[in-house]
Amino acid sequence: MSVETFEAAETGGLTSESAVQARTPWQLFWRRLRGDRVALAALAFIVLLVLVALLQAPIRSLLGLPGPNVQNPAALDVFGTPTGPSAEHPFGVDTLGRDVFSRVLAGAAVSLQVALISTGIAVAVGTLLGMLAAFYGGWVDTTFSRMADVLLAFPVLLLALGIAAACSGAEGCAGGLIQPGIGTVVFTIAFINWVFVFRIIRGQTLSLREKEYVEASRSLGASNRRIIFREILPNLVAPIIVYASLLIPQNILLEAALSFLGVGVQPPQASWGAMIADAVTVFDTAWWFMFFPGTALLLTVLAFNLVGDGLQDALNPRSDR
Amino acid sequence: MTHYIVRRLLWIVVLLFFVSTLTFVVFYLLPSTDPALLRAGRSSDPEVIEAIRVQLGLNDPMLVQYWNYMKDIVLHFDFGYSYVNNAEVRDLILDRLPATISLAVGAAVVWLVLGIGVGVISAVFRRSLVDRLAMGGALLLVSAPVYWLGLVALLLFANDIGAFPLFEGSGSYVPLTEDPAQWFASLIMPWFVLSATFAAIYARLLRANLIETLSEDYIRTARAKGLSERRVIFKHGLRSAITPIVTLAGLDIGVLLGGAILTETVFNIPGVGRLSYDAITRGDLPIVQGTVLFGAFFIVVLTLVVDVVYAKLDPRVRYR
Repeated sequence: MSVETFEAAETGGLTSESAVQARTPWQLFWRRLRGDRVALAALAFIVLLVLVALLQAPIRSLLGLPGPNVQNPAALDVFGTPTGPSAEHPFGVDTLGRDVFSRVLAGAAVSLQVALISTGIAVAVGTLLGMLAAFYGGWVDTTFSRMADVLLAFPVLLLALGIAAACSGAEGCAGGLIQPGIGTVVFTIAFINWVFVFRIIRGQTLSLREKEYVEASRSLGASNRRIIFREILPNLVAPIIVYASLLIPQNILLEAALSFLGVGVQPPQASWGAMIADAVTVFDTAWWFMFFPGTALLLTVLAFNLVGDGLQDALNPRSDR
Repeated sequence: MTHYIVRRLLWIVVLLFFVSTLTFVVFYLLPSTDPALLRAGRSSDPEVIEAIRVQLGLNDPMLVQYWNYMKDIVLHFDFGYSYVNNAEVRDLILDRLPATISLAVGAAVVWLVLGIGVGVISAVFRRSLVDRLAMGGALLLVSAPVYWLGLVALLLFANDIGAFPLFEGSGSYVPLTEDPAQWFASLIMPWFVLSATFAAIYARLLRANLIETLSEDYIRTARAKGLSERRVIFKHGLRSAITPIVTLAGLDIGVLLGGAILTETVFNIPGVGRLSYDAITRGDLPIVQGTVLFGAFFIVVLTLVVDVVYAKLDPRVRYR
């Protein structure tokens, strides 16, 4: 019996096809994900959003809209109240006469950028430290695990707020290395998030470390570095993908919350959270100023959550909805 | 059990020490902006600033500053003074605590009732229309930012600006001791808005847990014994599926006691969260630092409470 047919016998029992065929775990994963129409629709929405964020300038000129920071006092009425949706401004204008549609587009770019970069950093740091802590144990494990315990003792939003506030002074923080605005938000979110990744990866690595193939690799004379990155890391890809997909929507919300509270993205740069905060003063008369950024935020987070659920189901077929 | 609690209490002391240290790092080492300038406000007289530097001990070496900071916290429970009005941070926080407790505890009641109710119904009538609608709604609520939900709720239901003026709007909070009826009326909307996300998370979690529990062998045994379906679900299924919910509830309440910043800001409730928000907008770092430490304190204590309750609820858990 060759290796291929042996593997096929293991997995083939699940399919009803007559011809037994070998499939890699990734093929199985893709088959399951393809069947999840809701997750695919959400994924399509995200792809569309990324395209819109990247192509915002051409889209604006196509629709003949002003840039996100262009103030147009003529769009305010005689009392200085912003005017609502019209042919000229499809989502209305804000209190400074800026086009809300353009700003929602610009906010999409900021939101995605911050969430993806900060989640990426947190996942990289958390994975590396988690693998090292579990693999080496001893004082390495103790040091990082206790650090994680201390960080987990803080309320997420409050700590984020504290760090962002400490970094939002005129001169930034860490000796001016981190400046107020997007840099501060990315740093804050990554600083808080790596712990969650660390805990999951550490737990997974603790059990992977004891597997026979690790032992086999070691008996063949493989170095620790090779075992960690070539034997253990590939087996962590599935949990990393699932967890990252759950963190991204959380971090979109966190960026928006920080910007809403005034310590995130700094004006005049557009952010959905900051737009909602600006809208608070006029939201009883100018509903559109609050409604559109909020809806954009809701739909984006929802799409990421749906994709996350779909990925989780596809990678972990036992979870049954 | 006693042994376990003593060991945990000792660990809490160590943990709080490190929590205070990290707070020191964040608020003393991290900022590059001179605190004396923030304290001085509009005055930029070099003599005034130098006097402030001496008063705040900013000219001392960092280790001396750290020592004084820790000494004040440990010996006097002293978190420093507000840059803006020189009030004691500890007193400011304690003054604001009743409003935050009112909001957090009330919301917890709402989300536990809603979350557990919806979760059980969804699990029992799994894949039905009711289940699909409930889970779709839950995912929508998980994705919604709470401050935006609050603003939408105000726009719809507040008695001053709402389209359907049903409830008290923003800034109507009065303390319970002053006017219980008004206290209750003013908190109805904040309770529901704050609990929306939590109720959705709990419903999703409980549904998944209960479905898994109901497929266990002992549930089949219970059914085979001829127990009523109601008894099987509530006595045998829910009993085991609900323990993670209890853990989560304890931690979430702990987090909220440190201040429900967003909800308190939107509804203008004078709680600890609103205090930290106002402090941030004024660059009043000692207050922010105090609320962060205070929030961490609640989490650490509630984590212990949760672990002890967990052992009581789940006889399979044994602490040594």
